[in-house]
Amino acid sequence: MAGPTTTSLAVKSAQAAGPRTIRNPWWVRVAFMTIAFAFVAFFLVLPLAAVFGEALRKGVGAFFLAFADPDALSAIKLTLTTAAIAVPANLVFGVAASWCIAKFDFRGKSILTTLIDLPFAVSPVISGLIYVLVFGAQGWYGQYLNAEAPWFPALQAWLIAQDFKIIFAVPGIVLATIFVTFPFVARELIPLMQAQGSDEEYAALTLGANGWQTFWYVTLPNIKWGLFYGVILCNARAMGEFGAVSVVSGHIRGETNTMPLHVEILYNEYNFVAAFAVSSLLALLALVTLVLKSFIEWQHTRSRSLKASES
Amino acid sequence: MSLSTLKSRAFRRRILPGFGLSLGFTLAYLGLIVLIPLSAAFIRSSGMSWEEFGAAVASPRVLASYKLSFGVSLLAASVNAFFGFILAWVLVRYTFPGRGVIDALVDLPFALPTAVAGIALTAIYAGNGWVGQWLEPAWAAGVRHLGERMPGIDWAGWLGTKLAFDRAGVFIALTFIGLPFVVRTVQPVIAELQPELEEAAATLGANRWQTMTRVILPELMPALITGFALAFARALGEYGSVVFIAGNQPMHSEITPLLIITKLEQYDYRGATAIACVMLVASFVLLLLINLLQKWSRRYHQV
Amino acid sequence: MSITATQIRKTFGSFTALDGVSLNVERGKLVALLGPSGSGKTTLLRIIAGLEYADSGSGRILFHNEDVTDLAAGKRRVGFVFQHYALFRHMTVTENVAFGLKVRGRRERPSAAEIGERVRKLLKLVQLESYGNRFPHQLSGGQRQRIALARALAVEPKVLLLDEPFGALDAKVRKELRRWLRQFHDEIGLTTVFVTHDQEEALEIADQVVIMNQARIEQVGTPQEVYDRPSTPFVYQFLGNVNVLRAQAMAGAGAFVSSPATMEQDGQVFVRPHDIEIVRDRPGEAGSLAVVRYIHAAGPQARLTLEQVQSRDTVEVEISRAELRRLALQLSDLVRFRLRRGHSFGEDYSI
Repeated sequence: MAGPTTTSLAVKSAQAAGPRTIRNPWWVRVAFMTIAFAFVAFFLVLPLAAVFGEALRKGVGAFFLAFADPDALSAIKLTLTTAAIAVPANLVFGVAASWCIAKFDFRGKSILTTLIDLPFAVSPVISGLIYVLVFGAQGWYGQYLNAEAPWFPALQAWLIAQDFKIIFAVPGIVLATIFVTFPFVARELIPLMQAQGSDEEYAALTLGANGWQTFWYVTLPNIKWGLFYGVILCNARAMGEFGAVSVVSGHIRGETNTMPLHVEILYNEYNFVAAFAVSSLLALLALVTLVLKSFIEWQHTRSRSLKASES
Repeated sequence: MSLSTLKSRAFRRRILPGFGLSLGFTLAYLGLIVLIPLSAAFIRSSGMSWEEFGAAVASPRVLASYKLSFGVSLLAASVNAFFGFILAWVLVRYTFPGRGVIDALVDLPFALPTAVAGIALTAIYAGNGWVGQWLEPAWAAGVRHLGERMPGIDWAGWLGTKLAFDRAGVFIALTFIGLPFVVRTVQPVIAELQPELEEAAATLGANRWQTMTRVILPELMPALITGFALAFARALGEYGSVVFIAGNQPMHSEITPLLIITKLEQYDYRGATAIACVMLVASFVLLLLINLLQKWSRRYHQV
Repeated sequence: MSITATQIRKTFGSFTALDGVSLNVERGKLVALLGPSGSGKTTLLRIIAGLEYADSGSGRILFHNEDVTDLAAGKRRVGFVFQHYALFRHMTVTENVAFGLKVRGRRERPSAAEIGERVRKLLKLVQLESYGNRFPHQLSGGQRQRIALARALAVEPKVLLLDEPFGALDAKVRKELRRWLRQFHDEIGLTTVFVTHDQEEALEIADQVVIMNQARIEQVGTPQEVYDRPSTPFVYQFLGNVNVLRAQAMAGAGAFVSSPATMEQDGQVFVRPHDIEIVRDRPGEAGSLAVVRYIHAAGPQARLTLEQVQSRDTVEVEISRAELRRLALQLSDLVRFRLRRGHSFGEDYSI
């Protein structure tokens, strides 16, 4: 499936570098390694080092001062809240989508699979914009609130009484985050479940298990690593999303600022140490994500080679 | 289709439970979260007249942003195709200490929030930054030199004279963002290249260069192009990392996604939506192309 | 061109793939390297081809007295055919076959017309003339293997090396193709070495069979020699089914049709199932007493499993269907079996 994101777990584990007799001459090897290392150094290692270096430029005290700011704390809280809603929502969706796509045949399956990848093809800015168009004051939601004779007048009255805002408020941030992280779990699980087939589920059913038991005791243990893989990638993106959230947030300090937005504000105020201090927290999250990701890939390769040696 | 496969399909559908529930939920969620909001962009812009739409999507400032976004995205994706191939080759074929770390680090652009990437790259490549303090004078001198050698072209206008806060900054950010795509699409293909192909070429008398160009590169080409297209698609839409390092000068270093934000901040919802529609169509065409590419790359799969 | 390998050693880490192996392949012969997986046969073939190098300081490879040990694979003029074909899938059949000619330096490279002519002839030779414009994935497994052969022959090799050439094919195609290979070899007369783990294949088409086990060569000989006069217990067991019986017990029961000269106390005797005869147990009949445990009568021969009454060991016997009818055996019948031919190692005698 297309869609700009990481290689799926199923593909990733096929790597092996056995000794080969036919090799490039040594000077080609040296040149390749030099180019590769330089590329990695300038585009990966340096940016990472810069985040921590700039954060600690004025010492540890200045670093921690950034987190004494109540706005910083509220940004952290909002980021965690957003991820805590968006990730489980997409997890449930991912399991449901992969179940119907991997276990059944139906018309339009390939179109559905492509549509699931759609959010990856959309610019983050546009992801935010479309929610403004639907839920903004000028959007469909705004029109509903201002409608003379709306559907469900009680709902309209209630929403007005509550002053329930979506755009420039937390619900909009959550919705935009769900949109941009929409495909992560599903696109991890679909190929995995397709590769595993349904024989074990059939076996469970013939042994008298019901649907939920089959899913819980047979399917879930088989897909747990892929599920976890999708979840950590989904979480990293949910906590780090900038463009889409920036459009719908309204940048109200202490209320609708997530961590990346808080970084932007600090940076634009030339408060570089604080900006990089909050950034270092996000960079740490990225590093943890990479470590977990590598761990899962290692697990997956190991279990595959174990299975291969058994047969 | 034979009777037995028809039967087994029907049988298969009935035997596992949860089809209706899971498909129903999937379609509802997909519709509410993705399809209805996306359609809003097209429905809202369909209310505009052609003149209004044309003025919004083809004003000089917007056209300049398309040129920049498409041009630099293409350039960054090409650079990634070249370096990504080499990096993937090194990661698969060579063993060296720290290989696992570098392999994991390749995904950093996926995992690092774009805003953080943007300010980090700025800190490195700005005129007073870690690398910029050395590299920027060299860059400026190079551009000046080109201007003297080939005065017909506005080199300073095309390339800019600075790294950060100029066009080169856009290129740096988009290269960073696209880096994993080529590596991650090419890497598994290199890993699965049969050693026999190279051995066959060797026994037939081909030297290493001939083997690389006539046997290995054609094998990798579909993956390389796919990775290139993925990196390009991602670069087109990228916003967070670019805005910090680009300088964002209208007509010069302003990318299209930024222009959408600018219009929104001016409450020009129609203008923003019109540009978004153009971008969306471009993305969907790219998505379609990538899907076709991947089908094409599987055409020899059985050998 | 003859091939000589002397004292070849090859280790992969702590694993010894070849332990001082020497081999001589005569010019124009079709030779099979036969052995179980891990016996070193493929490694030996790859060292001959130059796709692997023997451990430094160990043996040499000679092609007709010319030392090629330090020559790269591309310079040895070997035709190598891989188990999984290794065809270039982005090239047509014609381009695949022409590859070896096209990559030559400008001075040695034939003209485009000559290359075309040569490819056409080769495709005719492998009976795939009309397939030139197809891609490998449009061919069947057997066709792909023949194209791989044509591609290897295009560079006019001095020797032809095939690594499990029929290993990836299904049983029927496999049989057809190996007979075709034999005829083909007789036509072109090129010195050919092929690796296989299928003893039937080796015995059917090779002039010489080289049986390998655990990094060493066990025996070299014509198919008949190695089958009839195996030089080691391994060869005996590898080339077909065998019963290993206690010689002392057999002699005691008078189970030898023609009795051996001498007998060690605890010697073993190797007997093929079809070298055993059975009679019903009647007074005065010699032979070891056994109970019929299993009768399998599908196929040209009937296979019986007997359980020896004294030792309770099982013995596999093959007799003709007519013989089975004549004996009218039922399960649990008591019989006596006798050994027509057998082989004993260590004591170095045969009956």
